[in-house]
Amino acid sequence: MTGTQTAAVAETAAPAAAETTEDGYNFAYLDEQTKRMIRRCILKAVAVPGYQVPFGGREMPLPYGWGTGGMQVTASIIGANDTLKVIDQGADDTTNAVNIRRFFARTADVETTETTGEASIIQTRHRVPEDPMTEDQILVLQVPQPEPLRSLEPREIECRKMHAYKEYGLMQVSLYEDIARFGEIATSYSYPVMVNDRYLMSPTPIPKFDNPKLDSYPALQLYGAGREKRIYAIPPYTKVKSLDFDDHPFQVQQWEENCALCGAEDTFLDEVILDDRGGKMYVCSDSHYCARRRAEGHSGKLSGSAAAAYAAAVGADQPEKGA
Amino acid sequence: MNAMSPLLRVHNLSHAFGSLLACSDVSFELHSGEVLGVVGESGSGKTTLLNCLSARLVPTNGIVEYDLRDRGLTDIYSLSEPERRFLLRTDWGVVMQNPRDGLRMSISAGGNVGERLMAVGARHYGEIRGTAEEWLEKVEMDLGRIDDAPKHFSGGMQQRLQIARNLVTKPRLVFMDEPTGGLDVSVQARLLDLLRGLVRELKLSAIIVTHDLAVARLLADRLMVMKDGKVVETGLTDQVLDDPHHPYTQLLVSSVLQV
Repeated sequence: MTGTQTAAVAETAAPAAAETTEDGYNFAYLDEQTKRMIRRCILKAVAVPGYQVPFGGREMPLPYGWGTGGMQVTASIIGANDTLKVIDQGADDTTNAVNIRRFFARTADVETTETTGEASIIQTRHRVPEDPMTEDQILVLQVPQPEPLRSLEPREIECRKMHAYKEYGLMQVSLYEDIARFGEIATSYSYPVMVNDRYLMSPTPIPKFDNPKLDSYPALQLYGAGREKRIYAIPPYTKVKSLDFDDHPFQVQQWEENCALCGAEDTFLDEVILDDRGGKMYVCSDSHYCARRRAEGHSGKLSGSAAAAYAAAVGADQPEKGA
Repeated sequence: MNAMSPLLRVHNLSHAFGSLLACSDVSFELHSGEVLGVVGESGSGKTTLLNCLSARLVPTNGIVEYDLRDRGLTDIYSLSEPERRFLLRTDWGVVMQNPRDGLRMSISAGGNVGERLMAVGARHYGEIRGTAEEWLEKVEMDLGRIDDAPKHFSGGMQQRLQIARNLVTKPRLVFMDEPTGGLDVSVQARLLDLLRGLVRELKLSAIIVTHDLAVARLLADRLMVMKDGKVVETGLTDQVLDDPHHPYTQLLVSSVLQV
């Protein structure tokens, strides 16, 4: 990582600490000692890419599983001059994203944005933005289960030994099981990766479509698991390799259709059910990316008015249902 | 490797759990291709001894030396932990009394056999599966069940799968703890037959812990009789069973039910 970025991680937030935006709360909710502790863990995580650093996770004012780990990381690195974008499954406008964005707007009084390029910190759940990120940005990922070996080896001591001694044959067994059962590697999210040729890492439940982006990514990636109290990181331009077999190489998902709204051919698509008669469409999961493309004049087969879109989707022979 | 040097040499091995001496002052040598049986009643220290020998329990006293492929006779407890773990999954095999301890119950039979191969770096699915099939055939398992999880197998099948899983990396030394425990006699007989064939065919060395003298008679070249943590008698299997000297051995031999 670049020198300026390391310094930024270590120092941010300190000067702004005195100001409080919401009465009775410290800047960015957590107290300064907690944020220092988390920043030290982040520095260690950056120094050992892919290694899970334990940290003293705090209670956050929302349940585990809703992004407490990511929020603690964001709270520790955010400064008054930062601009925050929050993504939930690629979208800026879902409950989780809206609430976490509002949380930091209220407790840290930071600028928020939906534009990938304008944000200095992007906290995300289950997606990497379609737009490229730069060295000046930080991607914070919310992690439900940091231990990639957990479903295979329930003993924590054994898992740690396997990491320490780089014994990762067992992870390969899970891919073997996929091929034996489905004829291909059917794992489509939380697809295990090797970071810097050393540590096996779970890239959180991002779709494996996003795995190739993690390799040599220009932005710093920080992973925070709130319930499990672990932080890990991938520094910029680090080698990240998805596991595979020689005769079953790693492949990302593909779709037969393009985005129905913006026509994009190279994005991760969500399937949207339109009715109970099999009508469906595929749209970009990255809502900002899709909106920007539409604003630039790109269009898919269902763009235009809702009624026209509905008619096109269900076919002309179907009765109108007042779309 | 010197033809005369032993594969495994144990010197004054003792292990105590607090004040309880589980096995004391055990010394012996095991040569390549030899099968050693350890017999004795429950609680006589057999399993503790086996755990100490197979690098899974650090003994309180004594030395266990193994003839490593690259550096000859070496004290296994002078090796680092990753080296010992590597030894355990390559040159050694451990067949547990309870297959649940030795198998991954929710991973398919093929995956169980392939795990050791993948652990030493195999990354070609076709080859791994081919080898797994080959080994399942060797232990007389139905290939149609290669993708079934062992939790759906019978006890005998689980035990055979455990053997295949251990032998797939062509180990030189296999530790077995009551390999036929909990199986009915006809299944036991088939398993013993299979084991005897494999041991001869692959020129395996093995240490078999059992309380069943029939198993010892069939498989072992030499016997070691344990009582209260001590070795009370050693010798060729036939010699020990047909002409027992120690009173405890005599009791043990005479206790076998005749049908």
